[in-house]
Amino acid sequence: MTLPSGNDGFVVFDHVQKSYDGQTLVVKDLNLSIAKGEFLTMLGPSGSGKTTCLMMLAGFETATHGEIRLDGRNINDVPPHKRGIGMVFQNYALFPHMTVGENLAFPLEVRGVGKAERESRVVRALDMVQMGRFKSRRPAQLSGGQQQRIALARALVFDPKLILMDEPLGALDKQLREHMQYEIKALHNNLGITVVYVTHDQGEALTMSDRIAVFNDGRIQQLAPPAQLYEQPDNSFVAGFIGENNALPGVIEQLEGGKALVRLATGELIDATPVNVREVGQQTLVSIRPERVEFKPEMMPAGAHTIDAEVRDVIYMGDILRARMKVAGSDDFVMKFRNTLGQTRLDPGQHIRIGWNPQDARALDLV
Amino acid sequence: MAALDPHAAVVTGATGAVPVAALTTADGRPLARALAISSRRARRRAFLLVLPLLAFVLITFVVPIGQMLHRSMYNDGFAANMPQVSQWFADTPPGTEPDEAAFAALAADLTAAAEAKTIGIVGTRINYDVPGTRSLFTATGRKARGGFEPPYKAALLDADEKWGDLRLWRVMRNASTAYTSNFYLAAVDRTRDDEGRIVMAPAQQQVYVMLFQRTLVLSLLITLTTFLLGFPIAHLLATLPMRRSNLLMILVLLPFWTSLLVRTTAWMVLLQQQGVINDLLVWMGAIDEQGRLSMMYNQIGTVIAMTHILLPFMILPLYSVMRTINPSYVRAARSLGATSWTAFRRVYFPQTLPGLGAGALLVFILAVGYYITPALVGGSSGQLISNMIAMHMTETLNWSMAAALAALLLGGVLVLYWVYDRLVGIDNLKLG
Repeated sequence: MTLPSGNDGFVVFDHVQKSYDGQTLVVKDLNLSIAKGEFLTMLGPSGSGKTTCLMMLAGFETATHGEIRLDGRNINDVPPHKRGIGMVFQNYALFPHMTVGENLAFPLEVRGVGKAERESRVVRALDMVQMGRFKSRRPAQLSGGQQQRIALARALVFDPKLILMDEPLGALDKQLREHMQYEIKALHNNLGITVVYVTHDQGEALTMSDRIAVFNDGRIQQLAPPAQLYEQPDNSFVAGFIGENNALPGVIEQLEGGKALVRLATGELIDATPVNVREVGQQTLVSIRPERVEFKPEMMPAGAHTIDAEVRDVIYMGDILRARMKVAGSDDFVMKFRNTLGQTRLDPGQHIRIGWNPQDARALDLV
Repeated sequence: MAALDPHAAVVTGATGAVPVAALTTADGRPLARALAISSRRARRRAFLLVLPLLAFVLITFVVPIGQMLHRSMYNDGFAANMPQVSQWFADTPPGTEPDEAAFAALAADLTAAAEAKTIGIVGTRINYDVPGTRSLFTATGRKARGGFEPPYKAALLDADEKWGDLRLWRVMRNASTAYTSNFYLAAVDRTRDDEGRIVMAPAQQQVYVMLFQRTLVLSLLITLTTFLLGFPIAHLLATLPMRRSNLLMILVLLPFWTSLLVRTTAWMVLLQQQGVINDLLVWMGAIDEQGRLSMMYNQIGTVIAMTHILLPFMILPLYSVMRTINPSYVRAARSLGATSWTAFRRVYFPQTLPGLGAGALLVFILAVGYYITPALVGGSSGQLISNMIAMHMTETLNWSMAAALAALLLGGVLVLYWVYDRLVGIDNLKLG
């Protein structure tokens, strides 16, 4: 039996559109297939439609058009409580009038699980997140991180096929957030469940995900594993949204053999890899990661074009140094270089020549 | 030996040589006193700022209530103006038949009271218990101007034979002490018999207990109806988008901005037998001319009109609590497998309890003391205890009776408040 393409995933969005007011589309023709056991992150700025997608998957919003399938079954008309999807909310949504134990027992109770089994499954879920001691506490007596673990345990306790997380770490401080990222990732690996994770924090997305769907303006801009997303962005939005990025506007001067020569506004020429440019004379934005910019000639490939840069300031960040430079008439070109013993010092006002490997500079569309 | 032990030296040093009281400011004054001086000015200013309100509350609230409570058990209308006969009552045991000495004392007191023009006050006091006796006192008082001749019993009976009525004498004995529990007894339909024992009042005078019960039942009913009607509206207010919820809020608050009388009159227009609702029902053929519903001048009218008037007091606390309940709680419950009804019952409703408690308490306490609406639309069967209090204040002028009834009402509300505090906790009350 052969399934039509796009129908083979565990979770499938098939030409899904969503409008709240009948005037504008919040989600524009979404097609997404998520494999069983995958950790997929929906990443994007607020208002990009990622949370709407999650809410449609959970059943709190209905798709205006298109079909959402879970495990091969159309769930458009299945009410939320029959979808069997575990969800972790941004503010945890732990029921304040119930103890931790009662919170965890709730999904089992409404499913008619017997008392003895309920008890053992609650204990097991609490142990899974190392919160066994807090069973009789109330949510208000717990710290943010502890509440987060309980919310996670509550979403897992009824063994759902799919877990949705809506910015679950947004309210935690940086250190705790990083710690929880590892824990969630470890739980995902151990349990083998499918996770759909929504965040606007690109660092979080890069650390945890198998694949990331970058949302903007109601569309998926790029769907790729983290490394590919960071190193080979498909368009200017993705390049700018993920990580720090230098964007140099210019015109395609030459286009051949997978290489492009771009002339900047100042008349200088740079090397780039064409991504979504098609013809000579086309306007483009060349995207270069700050850590891939070189200023020592021995680090650049032979024959690479170099351009003039005037150092504006150098910020000491401990492990790295961050130099802000004036390049091609723009003041905010950034270069990062490692803080090693004997590293060349740069001073404000100094003129240097910078260059890069053509693979690291991607000639993209205009925003 | 011990002095050589370094730990022992530390311990004595800590407890003996450096006492806590020795803490001083930099210039050597004791720290505690410096703190008191520095905070005294701020405290004095704070006190002066609340002083007007404190005085206002004392004068307009604490003093009148205290006076009311005092009046409910103190009435010297008889005792102060009839000293001799009061003395005779004090000297003889209850149930003693009035003898010549008693009539002599009565005659002397009546004469004195008539000259001092206080005979009306005395008559009013006795009139509370035996209706129609005020005129007996004033009429006898007019004849007493010239004084009575012995034998006094015959002279007084000659003036009016009602003076021989033993019931009158029993009532006068009860009134002869200024401090009395009789008003409270009367407020719970009890009285004293000839021997001074507490017995039930005559059946046709038993009205107050029934009225207290009716007030309680109707107030509970009104609390329930405001809850049933107000809960969905409060929820709507809390979940609608801001602009539309503001409009709805204005509609909710509209009754607050309309005169109570106008609102009540509007209900009269709607509910009466020749009123809008009945006309409509007859026109639709739901009822015929003879079967017009009586929805007014009875308890139904009282419940309908008071539910409307007290509805905002239920809606507003509920709304203020519901607004703070994050919609993600219900969503979480739904995603965890609860039907919408279970999510409401187990997750949403329990979180609205602080608002519900506040609203219910507010509505109930207001309903218990409500006066104008039952007076206007209640008819005879829809009257509440407050109407009886008002009647004693304005018509029978038996202020002590009104005070006793009001004190019982106040006590009941305080008990309710205490029960609420024990069951729910007053800290959980959220009024806004």
